[in-house]
Amino acid sequence: MSADHGHGHLISFDPTETEPDHHAAPPAQGRALRIGIGGPVGSGKTALVAALARSLGERVRLAVVTNDIYTTEDADFLRRNAVLPPERVEAVQTGCCPHTAIRDDITANLDAIETLEERFASRDGQGLELVLVESGGDNLTAVFSRGLVDAQIFVVDVAGGDKVPRKGGPGVTTADLLVINKTDLAPLVGADMDVMTGDATRIRGELPVITQSLVEDPSATEVGSWVLDRLAARVAA
Amino acid sequence: MPGLVSLVLADARFPGGGHVHSGGLEEAVSRGLASDVASLEGFLLGRLRTAGLVAAGFAAASAAVSANCPSSGTSRARPPLTSPSSAVSGDRRARWAELDAELEARTPSLAQREASRAQGRGTLRAVQAAWPSPVLDGLVAVHPRPHHPLLVGAVCGAAGEPADEAARCVAYLAISGPASAAVRLLGLDPFAVNAVLVRLGPALEAVVAEAVSAAEGPPSDLPAPSAPVLDLMAQAHVHHHRERVRLFVS
Repeated sequence: MSADHGHGHLISFDPTETEPDHHAAPPAQGRALRIGIGGPVGSGKTALVAALARSLGERVRLAVVTNDIYTTEDADFLRRNAVLPPERVEAVQTGCCPHTAIRDDITANLDAIETLEERFASRDGQGLELVLVESGGDNLTAVFSRGLVDAQIFVVDVAGGDKVPRKGGPGVTTADLLVINKTDLAPLVGADMDVMTGDATRIRGELPVITQSLVEDPSATEVGSWVLDRLAARVAA
Repeated sequence: MPGLVSLVLADARFPGGGHVHSGGLEEAVSRGLASDVASLEGFLLGRLRTAGLVAAGFAAASAAVSANCPSSGTSRARPPLTSPSSAVSGDRRARWAELDAELEARTPSLAQREASRAQGRGTLRAVQAAWPSPVLDGLVAVHPRPHHPLLVGAVCGAAGEPADEAARCVAYLAISGPASAAVRLLGLDPFAVNAVLVRLGPALEAVVAEAVSAAEGPPSDLPAPSAPVLDLMAQAHVHHHRERVRLFVS
């Protein structure tokens, strides 16, 4: 991937195409904003979801779909650590293929989201505003389908090696937000933060990168602000 | 020569949610009942002749229901573009309601009924994007989560494909799904597992022939072979999922 790979320039390969490009269509109104959270095993996806649920849960009507291999464990972790009542967490089984469930065949996740949306729409007439879909831990090529989520966050961590951003892959390269997690561990694992953020910024062009440590900032303040901006932009649209 | 509809519906990459179901294989693996290519072949043959035959019979019968509309006789391979008359759609709905009840009666395990409806619902979502047809409204009116074999049959029939294509599609899925799950769960040689599926070809054709023949009679006479071990394992799968790791929904 070249450094000047332009994400903002949409090119049609169809010579007969005269309409504006339809990429990045605004999400359908009348349903919750859906944000996918992906990344390799152990990078801190569940901890980030728990932090967002704690910090945003008071202000935003949110729910979570988990996809991990130990589905009930993750769901239990969220219920305990995110102060999320059980009815706000749905666990999905992925048949040993977490990337398939978020990309090639999104049926199980759509069913879980629709279950949550229907549950809260019928309960108090106030539907959900935000659904966080946490993928199972996978590899650097796993990204969410645009048919499943409106935006996606890709989470990597310093303990996974400071060359991860340089390796690229669709997750690091194209996610709407890249989070480099566990920065407090950098000195302990010999990771060079300048290399990580430099590579990430170079490879992602205009797309944002946030470095964070949930030990130092358990509320995930910056990522929370990014999510709130997304919600506000959607309301304004 | 299969039509495009049954080819697409039988494709492992069809996005209808089938990849999260193992057809009871995960439970069989966890009990040591399926551990290698030979024991997998026995499992698949048993599943084909029981769950596969039931599904094939109901898919064939359902294909006949949706094919019995005035427009499908004149324009093969094209779903009707206008709503069928209310008398035709009412009759069709009643026949699908009867098939739904008969299939429920042949599926004693709640977990298997749920798995069938989950795959029917997922397939319906994909079908509505690919082959929107008012004919399917009658089936959805019977239940918003139609049983998978009924939906596959309805789509094939509405597209003008003969009943045996619908039967072959679901009979094949009854074994190809668990075979794929075996590759993922046991790390079996994919070439060997693929060869098992091909070896089951004659048994598959026998199931299709029996299903199509039975579908010409009344729904109450459709095949009803029982597979108590599969039923019990389907229930146990759900029970164990609450206690320890299960990777598949069924």
